Amino acid sequence: MGFPDRIERTVQVAQPPVVVWAALTTAEGLSAWFGNTATIDLRPGGSARMTWTGGETADMRVERVEEPVVFGFTWHIYGLPEDDPRRTYVEFTLEPAEAGTQLTVVETGFAQLPDDVYRKAFDGNTEGWASELGELVAYLDAA
Amino acid sequence: MPPDIEAVAEQVFTALADPTRRAILAALAGRGPATATDLAGRLPITRQAIAKHLALLAEAGLVTAEPGERRRIRYRLRSAPMQVAQQFLGALARDWESPLDALKDHLDGRKTPR
Repeated sequence: MGFPDRIERTVQVAQPPVVVWAALTTAEGLSAWFGNTATIDLRPGGSARMTWTGGETADMRVERVEEPVVFGFTWHIYGLPEDDPRRTYVEFTLEPAEAGTQLTVVETGFAQLPDDVYRKAFDGNTEGWASELGELVAYLDAA
Repeated sequence: MPPDIEAVAEQVFTALADPTRRAILAALAGRGPATATDLAGRLPITRQAIAKHLALLAEAGLVTAEPGERRRIRYRLRSAPMQVAQQFLGALARDWESPLDALKDHLDGRKTPR
């Protein structure tokens, strides 16, 4: 199967999980290595946002908070339009390893398709700007 | 994962691998639905070559044929397969190495430019 749905990386760091946890889940930590600025409401359903000096932003929704073992959030798929509803799920897992931490990040959901995209991709029907413009014309004509 | 997602993405990438088809898809994306004759007027490609490629693109589901003016067939880009291909590219474009390196540097007390 060539369609990558899951991306996984594991790194060893010298610091204990409690220190890594703070770097992953606090505004101060995230803004020190990930975004240039960060805000986070650390609870399931809470919002987090990172911004970069280049003007990019990443809006995240916190999903899992199991201090100091699992931190999960969803965010939008890099490269897709800002208003695209598709999101991937990112989960960090922290395991004590000797004096430090084995940190694993897994991002999944690249191969998901919401129902409407699935339907449009496979059923042969067409939707698009032109048909929406046609609907606008019909609406205006009826007014 | 539905088994045919990859087939859809493959059709998009196959279509995009050819410069003539890229030009046709770009013209339909940029200016909207067009007939083979319209496209021949805008692109440095013969009408016959355009018609051949449009037929292939329609077969692959990347464009759809519809009745146009003066009983000419008009072709319209289908965006849904492109959205599937975008997801494939999204996975390839995701870079975790750089942030994880930056995290390690941060934890080690080193400052890294971002």
